[in-house]
Amino acid sequence: MKRTWSIAKRVLKELFRDKRTLALMFLAPILILILMKVVFTSNSTTDVNIATVNVQSSLVKQIKKVDHIKVYKYSTQEKANKALKDQKVDGIVHYKNGNFYVKNANTDASKTAATKAALSASMVATNIKELKSTLTAMAAANPQAAAMMQSKSQKTPKIHNTYVYGDKDTSFFDKILPILMGFFVFFFVFLISGMALLKERTTGTLDRLLATPVRRSEIVFGYMISYGLLAIVQTLIIVLFTIYVLKVEVLGSLWNVVIVNVVLAMVALAFGILMSTFAKSEFQMMQFIPIIVIPQVFFSGIIPLDTMAHWVQNIAYILPLKYSGQATTDIVMSGSNLGQIMGPIGALLIFLVVLTILNVLGLKRYRKV
Amino acid sequence: MGNAIISMKNVVKKFGKETVLNHIDFDIPQGKIIGLIGPSGAGKSTIIKIILGMEKTQQGTATVFGKIMPNRQLLNRIGYMAQTDALYESLTAKENLQFYADMKGVSGQKANRQILHVAEVVELTNDLNKRVSGYSGGMKRRLSLAIAMLGDSEIFILDEPTVGIDPALRRQIWSELHKMRDEGKTLLVTTHVMDEAELVDDVALILGGKLIAYDTPANLKAEYNEDTVENVFLKVEDENEKNVVYR
Repeated sequence: MKRTWSIAKRVLKELFRDKRTLALMFLAPILILILMKVVFTSNSTTDVNIATVNVQSSLVKQIKKVDHIKVYKYSTQEKANKALKDQKVDGIVHYKNGNFYVKNANTDASKTAATKAALSASMVATNIKELKSTLTAMAAANPQAAAMMQSKSQKTPKIHNTYVYGDKDTSFFDKILPILMGFFVFFFVFLISGMALLKERTTGTLDRLLATPVRRSEIVFGYMISYGLLAIVQTLIIVLFTIYVLKVEVLGSLWNVVIVNVVLAMVALAFGILMSTFAKSEFQMMQFIPIIVIPQVFFSGIIPLDTMAHWVQNIAYILPLKYSGQATTDIVMSGSNLGQIMGPIGALLIFLVVLTILNVLGLKRYRKV
Repeated sequence: MGNAIISMKNVVKKFGKETVLNHIDFDIPQGKIIGLIGPSGAGKSTIIKIILGMEKTQQGTATVFGKIMPNRQLLNRIGYMAQTDALYESLTAKENLQFYADMKGVSGQKANRQILHVAEVVELTNDLNKRVSGYSGGMKRRLSLAIAMLGDSEIFILDEPTVGIDPALRRQIWSELHKMRDEGKTLLVTTHVMDEAELVDDVALILGGKLIAYDTPANLKAEYNEDTVENVFLKVEDENEKNVVYR
C-alpha cells in the first residue's frame, strides 16, 4: 500500500513539473469549448433566396412573410435559371399548368428543406385566406350565417412554450457538451497515461522498478490513483467553466458528473496503459488515436444512436464513451440521480475491472512474478 | 559449492529460435566480486535478467539464496543497476533516491541515512536537490549506482556501472565496491573496460551464450599465457571464431 502511494505521488510530481502537458490537459478543453460555443450558437439561421416564375402574387406575398426567406420575381424560367446558376438564388418556384415545379440548388440541405417548408406553409396559408374570403362573401349574402360567424370568430390561439431543460436558446452545443466532457477526459488521460508508461518502458525505469520487490498490481494502482486525482481536477475545471462561464444548465448533481468522469478516466487510463504495451514509440502511441479514440466519438451520442442501422448501433456497446455519454447526458439534461445511471456506470466498471486485470497480467511480460 | 549465493544450473534460454544461453553452469560464492565479461550480444544481460527473475529459463534453474528465481520477495535483497540510467528526469536526485527507497521498503530515518550515505559514495551530496534533467552523463551514472546501493541488499548486480565516469571517480567507486565485498556482499559486475576485469575476484567469460572460462584473473592469465585479461579475452575470442570457421 505504501508503495502504491509512493508511485502515485511520483507520477503526480512528474506531471506537475511538465507544465506544457498540464496546460494541455486543463486549458485545451476550455479553449475547444469556447470555440464550439461560438461556432454552434452564433448564426443558426441562414437566409434563403427563392426565385419565383409565374407565381400568383398573393402566394408570393405569403412566402415573403416567412422568416429568413427572400423572394425574387423573374419573368421567365431562363432568367431564373441563370440566377440559380450564378448562385444568386437557392431555388426556383415555377407555376405551370396548375402545378408547382421547384428546382433546388441543393448545395445546402438545410436551405432546400427551408424552401420546401416555406412553399407548403405559404400554400396552406393562402388556401385558408381564400377560403375565408369565400366564406365572408357567402356570409354577406346570408345574415344568419354572418351572425354565426361573428360568435365563432375568436383570435387565433397563442403557443406558450416551457422547457424541462434549458430555454429557447438551447442549441446543439448544449446537447453535445455532456458528451464532450467525457471525450476530453478520455482522450487526454488515454494519451498521457499511455505515453507515461511507454516512457517508463523505453527509459528502463520500468525494468528497474520491477527489479525491486514491488507488486505488479501496486504499479497499476499507483497510476490509477494519480490519474484519478488528475481526472477529478480536470472534470471540475470543465464542469465549473461550462456552468459559470458558458452558462450551461446542469439539472442533476455536479458531483455525479464528476463521479462518472473519474470512472471514465480510470477506464481511459487502463486502456492507455494496455495500448502502450503494443507501441514501440511515442509516434506509434499517437497512431492509436484514429483507431481507439476517434471511432468512439461517432458512437458517443453526439450523433443520435437511434438513427443508425441496428447492427451499427450494436458497435456502441463495446465502446466506453457511449456509456459515459449516456450517463452524463442523463445527469445534465434529465437530472438523473446516481441510482438511475447505475446501468452505464456498471458497464464502465466492468470495462475497468477487465482492463485492470489485463494490465496486471500484462506486466508479466517484463517480470515473470 | 555449498555456499553458492547465486547459482545457474544447466540454463538454456531461447528467444524464438535463437539460443541466447547455451547450458550455462556456474556458482558464485558469497563475498566475491565477479566480473561478467563478453562481447555485446554474448548473453550477459540475459543472465542478469534471469537472475533477477525478469526472464524464465527454458531449461535448467537459476537459484539465488538457495531459492529458485523468479521470486519477488528475494528482490529485496538484490541491488540492481541497469545498463541504461533509468532515472526519472523531472525529479531531483533526492526524489529519485527516496522513491526507490520506498520501493525497497526502506523508510523514515533509515532511508534518510542511507540516501545521504550513498550520495556521499558517488559524490553527489551537493547536487542532491538538483533535477536529474540538468545532470551530466557521468552524474546520471553515479546516481544510478547510488540507487542500486539503497536498501539492505546482499547481492549487487551492476550492469556496466562505470561507463562515462572519469578515471578518478571510477577508482573511488571500485574501492567502494571492494569495501562492500569485504563486508560480505556479493557483486556481479558486467564491464567492457578490461582493466576493470583485473579488479574483480573471479572472471566469467561469456561467448556466444556459453561460459568459456570461470576463474581468477591471475589463473586465467597463467592458463592462456597472457599478461592481461584483455589479451586473454582477445585470444579466447579469436580461438572461438576459428572453431566456428573450421567446424
